[in-house]
This record gives sequence, C-alpha cells and structure tokens, in this order.
Amino acid sequence: MADLTTLHYTAEHEWIAVDGDVATIGITDYAAQQLGDVVFVELPSPGSTVTAGQVCGEIESTKSVGELYAPASGEVLEVNDDVVADPSVVNADAFGAGWLIKLRIDGASLGDTLDRAGYVALTGGDV
Amino acid sequence: MTGPRYTPLRDRHEALGAAFTDFGGWMMPVRYSSDLAEHHAVRRAAGLFDISHMAEFAVEGADADVFLDYALAGRVSAMAVGKAKYSLVLAESGGIVDDVIVYRLGEHRYLVIANAGNREAVAGALTERVADFRGADAVRDVSVADVSDAFALIAVQGPAARGILEALDDIADLDRPLTDLPYYAAAQGRFGQWPLLVARTGYTGEDGFELLVPAEAAGDLWDGLLAAGSPHGLVPAGLAARDTLRLEAGMPLYGHELSLDVVPAQAGLGRVVAADKQDFVGRSGLGAVVAGDAPVLVGLIGEGRRAGRAGYEVFDGDRRVGEITSGALSPTLGHPIAMAYVAPPAAEPGTTLTIDVRGTRLPVTVTALPFYRRAH
Repeated sequence: MADLTTLHYTAEHEWIAVDGDVATIGITDYAAQQLGDVVFVELPSPGSTVTAGQVCGEIESTKSVGELYAPASGEVLEVNDDVVADPSVVNADAFGAGWLIKLRIDGASLGDTLDRAGYVALTGGDV
Repeated sequence: MTGPRYTPLRDRHEALGAAFTDFGGWMMPVRYSSDLAEHHAVRRAAGLFDISHMAEFAVEGADADVFLDYALAGRVSAMAVGKAKYSLVLAESGGIVDDVIVYRLGEHRYLVIANAGNREAVAGALTERVADFRGADAVRDVSVADVSDAFALIAVQGPAARGILEALDDIADLDRPLTDLPYYAAAQGRFGQWPLLVARTGYTGEDGFELLVPAEAAGDLWDGLLAAGSPHGLVPAGLAARDTLRLEAGMPLYGHELSLDVVPAQAGLGRVVAADKQDFVGRSGLGAVVAGDAPVLVGLIGEGRRAGRAGYEVFDGDRRVGEITSGALSPTLGHPIAMAYVAPPAAEPGTTLTIDVRGTRLPVTVTALPFYRRAH
C-alpha cells in the first residue's frame, strides 16, 4: 500500500500517486466500501486520452454503479488488467493492487485536489 | 419529519460493524462484511436478517375474516388457523398499495405484515376500510391495531435454517414441531419467557423462518440465533444481500416492481386476487385495465458482467418497449439479471431485446421468473 499521506485525493473519491509525469489513479478504500463488492470495472484503453473532470471508466458493485472521473488530462499509459479480470481486488486493496490506470500528465494539469487531511475531513473521518 | 429510525437491534448491528443505509425512513444494516459473502452464505448455509422495520397490524374480532376478505385482494377467510398467505392491499383503482403477508393466528385473530415504507399507507387503508365495513351503526365486530413498534422480526434464511432453529434451546412450547411446519405456515410458542411466532416464510428463495417476538426480546433472540447458528455457517446479512437474493428469486419489491400504477396481473400476481369474491376494495378498478395492452413484468438475462439497473430502458430494435425495475449481476448465476415491465408483444420468453446501459446497447433475453429456484 502506498503512503496515504503522499497521495492526492479528489472529492469523487479517487486517489492519485504522482511520480514525475506519471499519475497512478485508483478509488479510495472509503469509496470501495461505500460501493460494496465491486463486480465489474471498465477502464479506458491504453493509448487513449482522458480529460480532467470527465468520466473515463465505470465501477459497478452488486448494488450500484460508480463512475471513474479523470482527475487530470493525459494519455493512458497502462490499465490494471488484473482488476478488470478480478474486480474484487478493488475492495481487498484499494490503495495498492486495486489501482486502476496510469496516466502521463503534465504536472501542472493536476487541478484542485485534496491532501490526506482534507480528504479525511471530507469523509467525516470515516476512511 | 422525525429523524431516522432504528430497530431494537441497532446496538447489535453497530457491534458487528454494519454499514447502515436509509430504507423507508429506517437506518438499516446494508452489509456487515461483504454483499457477496452474505448472499452466498444464504444460498449455501444461512443468513440472519433484521427485518424489524416491517410493519405489523393486528386484526381481530368475530368479523375479522369477512373484513380481510373485503380489505385485501385474496380470500383470507379460506385459510386455516396457523397458515400464512401472500396478499395485496389494492387501491380502488386496482393499483397496489402494498404487498403483505397475512397470518391466521386464531379463529378470529390475524396478523398483517406490511412493508416498512408503506406503514402509513396500509394503516390508513385498513382504518378507512374498517369504518366502511362496519357501517354507520358499527354492527360488525372487527378492530385493527398498528402493533409495529411492539414487535421485532428476525429472519433466518438458508438451507441450514431449520437445523439452526432446532439448536436454539430457548424455543419452547411450539404448538407444532418445526419439522412438520410447511412452507407458509406458522407455529406459536415461547422464546424464553416471551411469546414467539415462527413462520416458515421468507424473501430469499431459500427455506427459512421469520421469527416475531416482543421488541424487548429482540436482542436475546438475535444473540441466541447467532450463537446457535455460527457452527452451521450462519452470518448476519444486510439489505444488499437481501436485494440480490430476492431478485434472483423473482420476488417483487414495492417501489420497484409494485406500485399504485400497477395492477396485480401486470406484476404476474393475478393468482393472488380472488376475483370470484363478492366484493373487495379494488375490484371495480381491476376490470378497467385493458388486458393485453398494459406492460407486464418479465425477467431479462444478459451476458458478461455489466448489469442493467432500475430505470434503464428496454428496446425491441429501435422501439422502446419498456423499463427495468430491478437489476444486478446475479451472484449465484454469474450473469446479469433484471426484472422489467415490457409491452406484451415483447414479453414472450426467448425474445431477444436490448437494454440501454448508459449509452451502450446490450442484448438480453426474456425469461420466465424466477431466475433461481432452490433444489428440493
């Protein structure tokens, strides 16, 4: 699992780990718990481009449908095929093996994100 | 408007780490561990459900049977003491106010169990119908009391359910043994010092029991069942599992498959209506619905893992023919299932239709309900 304090967070419950111009994106453990058991994940194709703030994927649980928003614009470098094959990994390890996509971003394009404290406050401390 | 309500088992759910959700104004456990684990436990062993949010009405008096024949769609008076019956509260229009289970507890004593979200609607309907039924001089002997707050209802569902109840030492003085209790029948006895009603009913498609006790006894019964059931694989199960279980079993849910805008025949519940009864509320409305024209409830089976959900549109070619009312990826069957209202020409089992899943058309096949039937 990543060091949670180094991650960026969005109000849509995504986390972003930035390493140079590569951003790894997933949904938070809180989001996974709210969804319930994840049973289907659809992710953008490698090589495609996603736009900040736009829906770029879907995460379905038995109960409901969640949308994955691109927290930044950029080219999709890689998607996590293990999660597509076994969506339960999102519930089991949301901040680790359950990552979803890697984007090549312009560092400056990462818009308004929350730090750990801000995200914890957003979820009422229930992370 | 008052705040959210909790059942007498709130502290048990919190201690078990349940996540809560609002259901009909009640804060109910949606899951304890995992929706899928709880679902599978009910199919393979057993699940423990708090259904204390449901509403209970005591209907009593020498004319109670005639009254219920008038107030409900079914012929309640034909039921033997100790039996249960699925029935409907209809509006004058023939639309469905609620679906209920009626227990005949004595010659002149009934219990009507209604959905939590429809408590006020059912209370209002029964109260009004009692007044109409009694007439101006109140010559008929029947009373209706909302006893919802006095009782707790706990369900044990799954193939291990009977063994679990038999392992619970505090159940005593049953007026018939659990082994002889048929489906849709109830036994009366005691749980410790408390009165107990054990009914072989449920909402999951499995064998199972629903236990009614005074609210004060709820905690002890819950604890006792968990202790007796754990060796049998019993786990507490929340509303999420309950919903996928009932969907697989093809059981309608009020607000999804059932509403005031739907008459029983559309929902496949024509058999619940005793149309040969002399008079009952809703009878005149039923005749006004044009047969063969109104949408009817069907099952839809999809491929892959992406499920249609409530509100998604159903198409036959380019023509919109209906709408999904409930849908999920079936945990037991492994493919998407849904219930939908479609126009009668599209309702024939085997018909291939499409559903619009957020902009993508996916093929589905019409099928008879239920999707899942337990092996006997």
